[in-house]
Amino acid sequence: MRRFLPRPTLAAAATFSVGIALIPLAYLGVRVGEAGWARITDELITARTGALVVRSVALAAVVTAACTVLGVVLAFLVTRTDVPARRLFGVLAALPLAVPSYVAAFVWVSTVDGFEGFWAAALVLTLVSYPYVYLPVTAALTGVDPAQEEVSRSLGRGPWRTAGGVTLRQVRPAVAAGALLVALYVLSDFGAVSIVRVDVLTRAVFTSINLGFDRTGALVLATVLVALTAVVLLAEQLTRRRGARYARVGGGAPRPPTRLRLGALRWPAALAFTGVIATALGVPAASLLRRSLEGVSRPGSIAELATAARNSLGVALLGTALTVLLALPVGLLTTRVPGRLAVALDRLTYLSHALPGLVIGLSLVFFGINVAYPLYQSVWLLALAYAALFLPLAVAAVGSAVAQAPPGLEEVARSLGRRRSYVLRTVTVPLAAPGIGAGAALVFLTCMKELPATLLLRPTRLDTLATELWTQTSVAAYAAAAPYAALLVLIAALPTWWLSARTGVPTRGGG
Amino acid sequence: MAELSLADVRKAYGRVQALDGVNLIVRSGALVAVLGPSGSGKTTLLRCIAGFEALDAGEIRVDGHRVATRGAAVPPERRRIAVVPQEGALFPHLSVLGNVAYGLDRAARRAGRVAAVLDLVGLAGFQDRMPYHLSGGQQQRVAVARALAPRPPVVLLDEPFNALDAALRAEVRRDVWQALRADRATAVLVTHDQAEALSMADEVAVMRDGRIVQSGPPELLYASPADPWVAGFVGEAVWLPAAIDGDLARTPLGAVRLTPGDGSLPSGPTRVLLRPEQIALAPPGAPGTVSATVARRDFYGHDAVLALRLGDGTPVAARIFDPAAVPPAVGDQVGLRVHGTGRVFPRSADPGPTRPPASA
Repeated sequence: MRRFLPRPTLAAAATFSVGIALIPLAYLGVRVGEAGWARITDELITARTGALVVRSVALAAVVTAACTVLGVVLAFLVTRTDVPARRLFGVLAALPLAVPSYVAAFVWVSTVDGFEGFWAAALVLTLVSYPYVYLPVTAALTGVDPAQEEVSRSLGRGPWRTAGGVTLRQVRPAVAAGALLVALYVLSDFGAVSIVRVDVLTRAVFTSINLGFDRTGALVLATVLVALTAVVLLAEQLTRRRGARYARVGGGAPRPPTRLRLGALRWPAALAFTGVIATALGVPAASLLRRSLEGVSRPGSIAELATAARNSLGVALLGTALTVLLALPVGLLTTRVPGRLAVALDRLTYLSHALPGLVIGLSLVFFGINVAYPLYQSVWLLALAYAALFLPLAVAAVGSAVAQAPPGLEEVARSLGRRRSYVLRTVTVPLAAPGIGAGAALVFLTCMKELPATLLLRPTRLDTLATELWTQTSVAAYAAAAPYAALLVLIAALPTWWLSARTGVPTRGGG
Repeated sequence: MAELSLADVRKAYGRVQALDGVNLIVRSGALVAVLGPSGSGKTTLLRCIAGFEALDAGEIRVDGHRVATRGAAVPPERRRIAVVPQEGALFPHLSVLGNVAYGLDRAARRAGRVAAVLDLVGLAGFQDRMPYHLSGGQQQRVAVARALAPRPPVVLLDEPFNALDAALRAEVRRDVWQALRADRATAVLVTHDQAEALSMADEVAVMRDGRIVQSGPPELLYASPADPWVAGFVGEAVWLPAAIDGDLARTPLGAVRLTPGDGSLPSGPTRVLLRPEQIALAPPGAPGTVSATVARRDFYGHDAVLALRLGDGTPVAARIFDPAAVPPAVGDQVGLRVHGTGRVFPRSADPGPTRPPASA
């Protein structure tokens, strides 16, 4: 006989994972606490802090709204209408994910004169982060049971009302999850806002550190960012319907979805789609290509490029492995044992995700020097930073992937005499593997693009594509920077391509 | 082969008492059908036995070993109780072979157990198919084969034939019954289909509102239901108001002999339970018959059920087994005669649900 507890091992493993990911945040708290209350309030209650908060929130709101509209519309066009060249559009629309925000900003600044300020930042951030909405919504739209739409039609609702009342309602969780990622991405972005010179919290933190004399001020400002993140998470949680599960019920092979006929709107829709892709992909591609041709001609650059690429791949792979490993128990817990603990752990992972990589990096530098010296200057500390930053991406992927494996299957497997770990290995993970793989690809991609934490934590003389690029752009050597940017985008494009292809958008039969 | 016993099992979900003190003993090697309307708690009962749900109170024993009680439970994988879920729930990423072999150790796999059980359910040679290439009936058979493969002492079947069409259902049912027998497994079949319960089970336990209201062999349950609700749930009932006169009941259909050994007679007004097949047709006005008018005719092929109205307005039903030979039409006058004995119940009690007659 065994005491009946709801999966104690899993709960412990998930708590451990989140604990690991929270190390930088906890250490940040410790450091800020050491500063003392008087110092903290002095730093917080100033007109400048107020202005920074307002600007950060406004930027996040504008970009999130724009990304939600853009992401949902594009996803709907690709999955549910007869817009021309769906398959091509479907894949291309996801590719801006491969463009780091600082690369996009650098491209626009070097192409358009006087490109700076709030709306410049909003444009750049929207163009690079709308795929965070587009990808999950595309996947969700592909998975919606067409029978429900057919029922709606048979009850007298037209195709457009059905799309609004049934189809889009069902993908609401995917839209919310995507919008959350965008909001957090914007709050924590550092590269793009620095290049287009918008004074938001992240940039202020960086400036404080960079000037070298105000680390406490930087850390205090960073806690304001953490607080903003907590508010966003709370708001999202309140709008989330409790216990809503959208698992497909009943048997039968899934059918491809029905598509709306756009009629006269078909070509205008295609034109608009082309416009979005040209702005998000065409501009960076053209600019990088032109400058790369200038840059590669420099002798010796090919070898440096190869080394940087190898280093980038290495640290990104290590970071991805650690992140996915930590995400497995958390994702399992949130889908299989929903409850207070699961919700709390899930929310906690987002807290450090929203921190600027810079702050995570800084916190881990202190942590490495003061607490875990053997890890200092090793790739492991960098991997830990990646895990702290990107854990929620992997948790979300694991969670939705595990939801694809109905609990009934696990029960049957256990009744056949198999232990939980065996069932996990032979039933849950294989069924969830494609989804987990997608999550891994997303984490890998994000690690490749990560800049500030990598700058701070990489072992000495380990240069990655991102750090080389940063070094060159900061001395305004655009031609020398471009090949690194181009190669970075190319490598990042591979998992992005695969990600968007596997959502099944453009494939035959809707599979 | 193992005896399964449940004592005072309770389980609540919030304020809903899904199981309200269930007592049930399943003899070793027997097939017991748990029959009840939807929402009566049958699936919860099954999930508690399998170990997917914790009990609030009571205990479950397999061969005398306690496997579940309040706050403590043997995990499902150590109970050796196999489950055949409603829709089969085959592992979609595994072939038929992978599904059936899932619960087998290496030795059993080598010994050809997979082929043997697949043969048992009539699917020899299907090893390499994937679940999505199988029809509903084939999927259900694979689910049964998968459950039986590790030779579990107890097998639980949760409305396994629901999704199948009528013709296929009878066939799959027969194959599953034979497979269970061949393995001499103790089986619990949960169903809301009384024909299925009566035809397959050695014993039927009727469940209502989280309790087992009566259990026994199908014949006994059908002939001697414990209360009017059970009477109506296990088959079509004809209720006649009756005045008791010794071992006879005086009814609008004439004198009906009472079932002997029926215990004490209820006090107050009474009624008598007959089954439609106890009422036979005769030419109108034949001696010893009561005349009635045909109100409706439900034709089932192998038999037909006539809804009739007596002269005083009492509704009755008669099952006729050769409907093609004598086709009475709606509005015809017929004579009625009663065979066999009737059971007596108090008149006031709830008449229970009206059920369509067994057609299979």
